[in-house]
Amino acid sequence: MITMDNICKSYRIAKRNAGFAEACKSLFHREYEDISALKNISFTIHDGEMVGYIGPNGAGKSSTIKILSGILAPDSGRVLVDGRVLWDMGDVKCKPLIKQEKCSRIEHVRQIGVVFGQRSQLWWDVPVIDSFELLKDIYSISIPVYRENLEELTELLNLKELLRTPVRQLSLGQRMRCEIAASLLHSPRILFLDEPTIGLDAVSKIAVREFVNKLNMAHGTTVILTTHDMQDIEALTHRIILIGKGRILMDGDLETLKKGDASMDETLAELYKTYEI
Amino acid sequence: MENGRSAFHGRSAFHGRSEFQEKTVIGPIQLYTHYISVIVRSKMQYKKSFFLYSLGMFLTSFCVFLSIYFMFQRFSQVKGFTYQEVLLCHAIVLMGFTLAEIYARGFDCFSGMVRSGEFDRILLRPRSALLQVLGSRFELGRVSRLLQAAVIFTYGICSSNIHWTLRKVFTVVCMLMGCCALFSGLFLIYAALSFFTLEGLEFMNIFTYGLNEHGKYPMGIYGNVILWITTFIVPFAPVQYYPLLYLLDRRQELYLSFLPLTSFLFLVPCYMLWRFGMKHYQSSGS
Repeated sequence: MITMDNICKSYRIAKRNAGFAEACKSLFHREYEDISALKNISFTIHDGEMVGYIGPNGAGKSSTIKILSGILAPDSGRVLVDGRVLWDMGDVKCKPLIKQEKCSRIEHVRQIGVVFGQRSQLWWDVPVIDSFELLKDIYSISIPVYRENLEELTELLNLKELLRTPVRQLSLGQRMRCEIAASLLHSPRILFLDEPTIGLDAVSKIAVREFVNKLNMAHGTTVILTTHDMQDIEALTHRIILIGKGRILMDGDLETLKKGDASMDETLAELYKTYEI
Repeated sequence: MENGRSAFHGRSAFHGRSEFQEKTVIGPIQLYTHYISVIVRSKMQYKKSFFLYSLGMFLTSFCVFLSIYFMFQRFSQVKGFTYQEVLLCHAIVLMGFTLAEIYARGFDCFSGMVRSGEFDRILLRPRSALLQVLGSRFELGRVSRLLQAAVIFTYGICSSNIHWTLRKVFTVVCMLMGCCALFSGLFLIYAALSFFTLEGLEFMNIFTYGLNEHGKYPMGIYGNVILWITTFIVPFAPVQYYPLLYLLDRRQELYLSFLPLTSFLFLVPCYMLWRFGMKHYQSSGS
């Protein structure tokens, strides 16, 4: 179970006007603006749940993902993973905890898998299987577990032909399947998917969606999905969390908001309009 | 998928899993060698590029050697140091520097890793960030320069009239290790500064490449100010100048042999700066 409790985060951004003179001025005196990316974000995700985390660009999606995955510290608020404290920056609004068991970055990332649709985590010039072997050592996966997971992932994602190909020679769809397999080798309990179907063709998209569904059913993996593709949402999850301008605007079932036979995209566009984001 | 629970072994029993992992912990050294082997395999994919790069590296440092050579065609010595003695000094510094460059290249490329988001991926893996950064790059092409340094080194040893004793051999080994540690520390500072700013970091090159460039001559020849700076601020003279004086029988104190090892102490503040930078990165996210 993951609980976010009143998480706030703001960034300092240096501002200056256009032009050379302004650039020189900014060398000595810089003006900063505090942009608040997340304002009092709270939600709970239960084990085995699949949640769509959606919102327009710059709404604070990736900041949330970074905080949840333990690599970005919030300014205030608290994040609990299975009752253990991942972040606790102290906030009056948070309920006091009974026990303060800490969960370090290394302990936390051991149980999560992260897939970025836009970035690769595989070693570019070597065959996919070499990357997998290295990940096995990075995560200290024991050989029987590794074999079993590799076998299952190879079958479900149809990787057999790809494993011996260098990553740079794979197509985007092929690579994405390998990326997903790479983030699941260590049997994580929570999987973050950041735009996993971006740029994929119809066949690959469907393959990815089907796989995620199967994974969730078979192993009860918690899936947190950010995407702009409403078909991903439709195929994978009922619960969506809508974020805009750093606030949570809606947490619930998008189906219920659907008017008649409007498509998911139309429903979402309607929603964006109502919240003016 | 009905039997899915039994596959993905660790998944179903979370407690069993941690026991499982304790049994098969891969040590940092083992992991590091695995990283390097993947990098070497990647490099082997581009043979011509590797060959040309090595050749280029060899030629650049060969020019440095030539400059020393021509210099001594004109003057028989520089501030009391002969050609052979300077060569020996140059070879030791070049070797230490190149070794550091080969394995600590990740620090040198670190600002790029922060910019591209590669560092976020590192933080997402359950290993020390420092180890992963070291394992992300390995500059095999510089081996040609190492080879050249070794040749100059051998020549310097044979031709300079040093009476070799066990203690002198020990001193040379200490100098090499100290040099390597010092440059690694400087590269680490360079990397740590990338957490705070990604621009204007070139000034750090004064210390890394600058020291290598000017370190071919014993620090003493540059005068007292430079000697003072390189003793107390950037501790380069303790790995190069003072032990060299012992090697050449100009000074006799016992501590001079161990002096180069002090550069390992220099690594402590470098590492602290790195830790501090990482904290800053985690809270600022950029």
